[in-house]
Amino acid sequence: MPRRGTLKLLPLLGLILILLLSWTLWSGMFKPLLLWLGLFSCLLSAWLARRMGFFRLQLPLRTLLRLPAFWLWLLREVIKSSLEVARIVLSPSLPVSPTLVTLTTDESTESGKVILGNAITLSPGTVTIDMHEDTLQVHCLTREAAQALQEQEAQRQTARLGLG
Amino acid sequence: MIDSVLEIVSWVLMATGGAFVLIGGIGALRLPEFYTRLHAASLTETMATILIFSGMMLQAGLTLATPKLAAIMVFLLLTGPVASYAVANAALQSGMRPGARGLEENDEGDAR
Amino acid sequence: MSMYLVVALAILVTMVLALVRALRGPTRYDRVLAVNMFGTKTALLLSVIAYLIGRPDFLDLALAYALINLVGILAVLEFLQERSSREQEPRHD
Repeated sequence: MPRRGTLKLLPLLGLILILLLSWTLWSGMFKPLLLWLGLFSCLLSAWLARRMGFFRLQLPLRTLLRLPAFWLWLLREVIKSSLEVARIVLSPSLPVSPTLVTLTTDESTESGKVILGNAITLSPGTVTIDMHEDTLQVHCLTREAAQALQEQEAQRQTARLGLG
Repeated sequence: MIDSVLEIVSWVLMATGGAFVLIGGIGALRLPEFYTRLHAASLTETMATILIFSGMMLQAGLTLATPKLAAIMVFLLLTGPVASYAVANAALQSGMRPGARGLEENDEGDAR
Repeated sequence: MSMYLVVALAILVTMVLALVRALRGPTRYDRVLAVNMFGTKTALLLSVIAYLIGRPDFLDLALAYALINLVGILAVLEFLQERSSREQEPRHD
């Protein structure tokens, strides 16, 4: 029996507000019937989210505030490594040197681990292929990408989100 | 003036996005092994998505379409890595070993 | 206007390339990967088409397709895992 997660009022109201906003944005129609249906489906979604243990995850306000800086770093990283991967794919000799790296993380929360793993996958040239407790296996297209990962920049940036 | 600059920037973004989509497709065909092909797929899924959607958002300007485009982009960027991880991890669980070496195992790169 | 056409064509070519990879395999995970790529490119193509033919309601289809694609890929993987655990021995085709 999975734990349902305790209900915190603020996250619940926030989720329902976001859902209502996207419903109205997406439909753009304001007939009473559609609005009632929208309200109903928003409440249903919130209930399903609770069932999935959504409210067990904690997302402190400071994380949300630091997210833009994190995304900016990630964007720079994505651009850099995309150009590198594009160069490799287009060069006639196909200079790949696949390398497996095992990383460890200090993130204690599930969300922190997911954010770290996804950030690594999101930048081309490195893909998280396995995650267990606090070790990640990362497949890298080149040795250089693997060496860059060993500098732990991804871990540092994720830690700055202040999730744990 | 501003308009034509925006126009040019958005065209450039979309053209580079299209180029990255193509490169990813070529990579998916050219790269030698399953785990390396993952990287080609992630190239089209992140870089090309960001470029094409930001180009279209500049075109749309301040209309209702912009938040919709942003929502689709964020959704694709959030689920892309999840799908990649699911495919890679399923392959790993099925016993398919990556033809890759550890970082310390060899000094010369090329493992083909 | 014509720019959208160029991007749409680039996406279509990549979809064909992904389809070739899906047909060639060689492992079943290659095929799943290629189909996933095909799916995300479909969502991208639908959003470009929305602008190409000037019908913003195609954006809704793009979002719906992106959602269905993710769920579909996860379902296929679940099925494959079930089957390979029944077959016991991993296959490499």
